[in-house]
Amino acid sequence: MAEPQRARPKPTPETQHFWDGTKAGELRLQRCDACAHVYFPPRPFCPSCASRKVSIFKASGKGFLYSYVINHRPAAPGFTPPYAIAVVELDEGPRMMSNIIDCPQTPEALELDMKLEVAFEKLDDKITLPVFRPAKG
Amino acid sequence: MRKNQVAVVGAAETTELGIIPNASQLQLHADAALNAIADAGLKLSDIDGFATAVETPQQVCHYLGIKPTWVDGTSVGGCSFMLHVRHAAAAIEAGLCKTVLITHAESGKSMIGKLPRSIPADSLNGQFEAPYGVYGPPSMFPIPVLRFMKTYGITHEQLASVAVVQREWAAKNPRAMMKDPITVADVLNSRMIAYPFRLLQCCLVTDGGGALILTSADRAKDFPRKPVYIMGTGESVETPMVSQMETFNSSRAFKTAGPLAFKEAGIAHKDVDHLMIYDAFAHLPLFGLGDLGFMPYEETGKFIADGNTRPGGKLPLNTNGGGLSYMHSGMYGMYALQESVRQMRGIAPAQVPNAKISVCHGVGGMFAASGTIVFTNER
Repeated sequence: MAEPQRARPKPTPETQHFWDGTKAGELRLQRCDACAHVYFPPRPFCPSCASRKVSIFKASGKGFLYSYVINHRPAAPGFTPPYAIAVVELDEGPRMMSNIIDCPQTPEALELDMKLEVAFEKLDDKITLPVFRPAKG
Repeated sequence: MRKNQVAVVGAAETTELGIIPNASQLQLHADAALNAIADAGLKLSDIDGFATAVETPQQVCHYLGIKPTWVDGTSVGGCSFMLHVRHAAAAIEAGLCKTVLITHAESGKSMIGKLPRSIPADSLNGQFEAPYGVYGPPSMFPIPVLRFMKTYGITHEQLASVAVVQREWAAKNPRAMMKDPITVADVLNSRMIAYPFRLLQCCLVTDGGGALILTSADRAKDFPRKPVYIMGTGESVETPMVSQMETFNSSRAFKTAGPLAFKEAGIAHKDVDHLMIYDAFAHLPLFGLGDLGFMPYEETGKFIADGNTRPGGKLPLNTNGGGLSYMHSGMYGMYALQESVRQMRGIAPAQVPNAKISVCHGVGGMFAASGTIVFTNER
């Protein structure tokens, strides 16, 4: 029997650009052309002012650790506990859930507000996940 | 909505609570419903309005043999039943129906006849949360806690004291699942589930159900039980994705639903004799105390740790023992409502003397939804 795999996202027409972006090594966000609001998760209109005129852009990939848990049990398929489930606040404003790599999964190492930068973890030919690591320097 | 126009005239839980290996989830709905109908001195044929969550109204109505003219299948998580109370009160006032039955049941432990919960891979949760290892409420609900603690200077010991105080209430309740006294040290030494939360800061997993019957306040005086009036109500939703909450320093849904209910009831915080704040996890009473405006967030942890919510304290909170010690089938809101009704009837196992106003505040789907009901036993 195959090892249980971590949950695989399945893109929709509204989110395909995001997953195309991660595959190309870019974290893509959307900005409203009318009110300049930057938002996530993807949708073809602005959740702040309802304008349908929105643009996709490459985000800086920089942010900070907003909050997290270190999950011990039960562990999700494809994960070895303990592992941190984090929420990252991006410099552009939106927050996203992620994992923190290249860092011990401990309360001591995972300091709130620590600077983070995006990295990309290829799951298969279709899906590359954005994850974050402590920022260098 | 005008206050005190609608009343609870029937309220009951399932005959058994805890581990019920001999009944399906659907049968638990029926057991709770039949107990509530008997409590109200009614016949099934008297019910013309029906609401439930997770199970569909058609499923439960057909099983029970109810022919409703008004139904509500609002299903927003564990506070769905607070929303049902609000919607039912509006429907009765509008003349859409006369007597509403609200049921909840869940075979949360035994998993008999319970639909599996799954997150589609192409949903937003499936794309942007599930891949990062969230796996059930313990891995999601506590995600805001560390930020909340840092912002307001809340300590691990204060968050542990929530479980300790609620166990004190549970010790007074024969139907509570967990009754043995615990200390802050016990909580902080219990098994780690999802840091910062340990086993004793996470809700129980049990089987059970409950049902309420509502009718107009004018009719309520002819029922066998002391009427419990709906004084104020509020509801809201925010987001199904915990990562997308506006802030982790409060809940937008709480801050909308709670004040709506207080305003409708026309009460101030000092008027509240009894309080229920849905406690799936130990941080929720702190969010609730702050978001409902009882005190600044910075004071919430100290307020509970200092004993203000324990038996004999100035603000009795979660007096059945809560989701941490009484029972938690998965959608606990119904049991919080049941305890508020018992307190207003004056029949709770840990009765608050002379309580006249009870606030019952619910949360659903992590912080996705919220509903608040203010009850009173005086019209």
